[in-house]
Amino acid sequence: MKRLQATILALLVTAAALALMYAKITRLGLPLLPNQLEQVWLVEAKIEFNASRHATVVDFDIPDKLGAFVRLDEYFISRGYGLNVGIRDHDRRAEWSTRQARGAQRLYYRLEAVPQSEDEPPEMSRHVPAAAAAPVYEEPLASAIADTLGDVRDESANVFTFVSQTLVKLNALAPNDNIMIIRSNIDRDSEVWVERLIYVLAGANITARMVRGVILEDNANQHLTPWLEVHNGTRWEGFDPQTGNRGYPENFLRWSVGGEPLLNIEGGRNYSVAFSVSRYAKSPTMVARARGVANDTLLASTMLFNLPVNTQNVYRVLLMVPFGALVVAFMRTIVGLPTLGTFMPILVAIAFRETELAWGIALFVLITTSGLSLRFYLERLQLLLVPRLCSVLVLVVLLMTVISLVCARLGIDKGFSIALFPIVILTMVIERMSVIWEESGPGQALKEGMGSLSVAILGYLVMKNEYLTHLVFLFPESLLILLAVFILMGRYTGYRLLEVARFKDIVEAPASDAKSNP
Amino acid sequence: MLSRIRKLKAAGVVGINNRNRGYIMPHNPRALYARVDDKVETKRLAIAAGIAVPQLYGLIHAVREAKDFERMVEGHKDFVIKPAHGSGGKGILVITDRRRDMYIKGDGHALTAAEVQHHIENVLGGVYSLGGQPDQAIIEYRVKFDRVFEAVSYRGVPDIRVLVYRGVPAMAMLRLPTRSSDGRANLHQGAVGAGIDMLTGATTLAVCRNHRIDEHPDFGTPLGGLQIPGWPELLLLAARCQDLAPLGYLGVDMVLDAELGPLILELNARPGLGIQIANGRGLRGVLNYIDAAAPLPTDAGARVAVMRAYYEGLETDPVPL
Repeated sequence: MKRLQATILALLVTAAALALMYAKITRLGLPLLPNQLEQVWLVEAKIEFNASRHATVVDFDIPDKLGAFVRLDEYFISRGYGLNVGIRDHDRRAEWSTRQARGAQRLYYRLEAVPQSEDEPPEMSRHVPAAAAAPVYEEPLASAIADTLGDVRDESANVFTFVSQTLVKLNALAPNDNIMIIRSNIDRDSEVWVERLIYVLAGANITARMVRGVILEDNANQHLTPWLEVHNGTRWEGFDPQTGNRGYPENFLRWSVGGEPLLNIEGGRNYSVAFSVSRYAKSPTMVARARGVANDTLLASTMLFNLPVNTQNVYRVLLMVPFGALVVAFMRTIVGLPTLGTFMPILVAIAFRETELAWGIALFVLITTSGLSLRFYLERLQLLLVPRLCSVLVLVVLLMTVISLVCARLGIDKGFSIALFPIVILTMVIERMSVIWEESGPGQALKEGMGSLSVAILGYLVMKNEYLTHLVFLFPESLLILLAVFILMGRYTGYRLLEVARFKDIVEAPASDAKSNP
Repeated sequence: MLSRIRKLKAAGVVGINNRNRGYIMPHNPRALYARVDDKVETKRLAIAAGIAVPQLYGLIHAVREAKDFERMVEGHKDFVIKPAHGSGGKGILVITDRRRDMYIKGDGHALTAAEVQHHIENVLGGVYSLGGQPDQAIIEYRVKFDRVFEAVSYRGVPDIRVLVYRGVPAMAMLRLPTRSSDGRANLHQGAVGAGIDMLTGATTLAVCRNHRIDEHPDFGTPLGGLQIPGWPELLLLAARCQDLAPLGYLGVDMVLDAELGPLILELNARPGLGIQIANGRGLRGVLNYIDAAAPLPTDAGARVAVMRAYYEGLETDPVPL
C-alpha cells in the first residue's frame, strides 16, 4: 500500500514537472539544449543613495556605443521617479527626477547585450577633434615630461607607436627619476592614472580621452575599468594604460566616453554605483516573445530571469545543489560509500566550483591534514570540546591566509579563491575525522575522508555540468523529477554495492576445518 | 556481481537498506529510542524490572563535577566510564587497576587523574555521543568476565549480542575484543564475532573484519565449539528486555560476570548486520518465521520456544560446503 502510494506520488510529481516543461517549451519557445541559444550578457548598475527630502535629480552616464557588443534591450527600474534619456555632449545620459524622496533610494539600470556578429570596421569619427593644446607644466614635472617624450619621439614612426612606447616607458618595472616624478605614486589601475596619461600626452599635442568599460564575466561585483583612447587624426584607438598594448581587453563593453563623472546626484548623499554581470542563454524566439508574454504571465512568472541579476547568479548555484544531493544519496544508499556527514560533500563540491578541481582537492587535503595534526596536538593539552573546535577553526583561517599570501607572492592567482572555501565545514571535517581516527583507527578515518572527497568530486562534476545547469535554470520545475527520484530511492531495500562485498563470506566462504558444531 | 547478489538473496541476507526500511522503521518507534540511547534510562528501567545490570557508582552531569569522579570511585579498585548516549562502544574508558595515584587503563597504560578528568570532560562535551549533543558520563562497575572467555579475548570485555525480534531472540553472537579493536567488542572496530548455535549455546564459526576465521587473531586459539555457560538463562534474559523497551528490532548486549552472572550492558535500537556473517546465515529466514508466528506469546519463555521451534526445524548446516 505504502509502496503504491510512493510510486503514485513520484509519478504525479514527474508528470507535473513534465507538463510544465512541455508548456514552457511550446508556448514560450524555451529550448532544451544550451547550444540552441545565444549567449546574452546582462549588466546591471545599481545606484544607491540617501535622499535628503528635497527634489532629487540623478544624472547617470549610460552606454551608447558598446564597442564589440550590441545592445539588445535596456531597462530602467526606478519606482516613483520620472525618467528622461538623452544625449548630452556626446554622452548618453539617463536623468531620474522626483519631487520628494526620503531615506535610502535604489535605482537600477539593466542592459542586455550580445556580441557583435562580425568585426565591424573601427569607428570613424565624423568630426576630427582638434589637436590637444600643450599644457603649461610646472617644474619638476615639465622637464620630466619633456625628457621622456623627447626620448620616445626619436624612436617612433607615428602617433600610435609613439603612444605605445610612451606607455611602456611610463609603466617600466625599473623607472628612472623622470618617470617616478610623472607617476607620483598614482595607482596604475585607477582613473587618475589614465587622466595623468592624457595630461602627459597632451604635451606632445596628442588627443586622448578616457573610456570606461565593463569586462563581461560572470561576476556579482564588477567594476568599471578605465581605458585610454588616442586619436591619430583619422580614428580612435584603444591602449592599455598599464602596458601600452594596443586594443581593448577581451569582452570589453564600453560604458562611457570622456572623463565626465559617471553619476551626479542633486539632493542625495552617500551615493554609490555597483555593477554586476551575468550571462544567460536566450533564444532568438524568446527575445521576440519576451515582450509578448503578457497573455501568459503565469507561465512567464516562473522564469528566473525576472530576478535581479546577482540573485540569478545565486540561483544558478542553488538550483544545482539538489543534483549534488542526488550524488550523495546514490553513493550512500545504492553504493554504500561512507562519508563524513550527509551534506558535507555537497558543501565541499560547491567550494570546488570557486577553486577549480585540482586546486580544490589540493587545498582540501592540505588543510585537513594540517588541521588534523594540530587537533592531535591540542588533544594533549586536554581542552574542552567547543574551545578546541574553535582553536582548530582559527588555525584553518590562518592557514588559508598563509596560503593566499604565499600564492600572491608566487603570482598564482588561484590562491585567492580559497577565501570562499567553507571553513566551518572543514573544521567539522577535521574534528570528526580525528574522533574516528581515535575510535576506529586511522584506516577508518582515511576511508571516510576519502569517501567524502570522492563524493565531493563526483558531485562537483555533476553540478558543473553545463547541460544540467542550463536545463534547471530554464526549468526549475525539473527539480520535481529529482524529488520523484528521491522518493523512489527512499523505498529501495536492495543491497548496497559495498555490502555485496561485505557479506561475501556468508555465501562463498572457503570450507572451514575448525567447524566444530555438529 | 549479479550472481553474488542472487546468492545473497537466496541465503536470506538482510542489507542495511532493508533493515532500516523493513524492520527498524515499522517496529522501532522513534519515541522509544531515548530509552535505549540513554544508558542511564536503560539502567533505571532494568533495575525496576528486576533485570541485573552493572552497578552505577556515579553520574556526572557538568564539567564542574568532573573532578568529583575520584570521590565516586572511592573504594573501587576498578571501574568503567562511559557516555550515557554513546554508540558503537565509543568513549568507553576501562580502568582495571590503580597504582599510587595513577589509573591503569585496560591496555596497561597509566593515566593521571587529570587525564581521566579530561576524558570525562570530552564525554560531557558530546565528543562521543550521537549527534554531538552534550552528554552525561556514567561511572559504573567493571565487569569481571567469566573465565570461559579468557583464552579468546584480548583485554576488554567479551560480550554476547542477541538480536531480539518482536521479543523473540533471533540470532546471537559472541563478540571478542582483539588487539586491533583496542579491547572493544564492536565488530567494525576489528573485534571478532563468533556465531552461536541458538539451541546449544556453543560457538560455531567466527569472523573478523568481515572475513571468516577459525582462530583468534591474537592468540591463535580455536573459536569454534566454545560453550557459553548458562545459555538458557541468557536467552530468557534477552527476551525479557523486550519488556523494558518495546522495540521490535532490538540488539541486547550482555556480559557474563564471574560473580554476578549475566548482566545487561546496553540495548541497541539499530543493531548491525555483521551478526549474519558471524553465523554464516541470513536473518530473513528466522525473521520471516517470527512474523508468521504472530501473535507472539506475552511470556518470555514461550517466545524463546518460538525460536527453538524454528532452529529445530532447520536441517541445513549454516556453513555451505
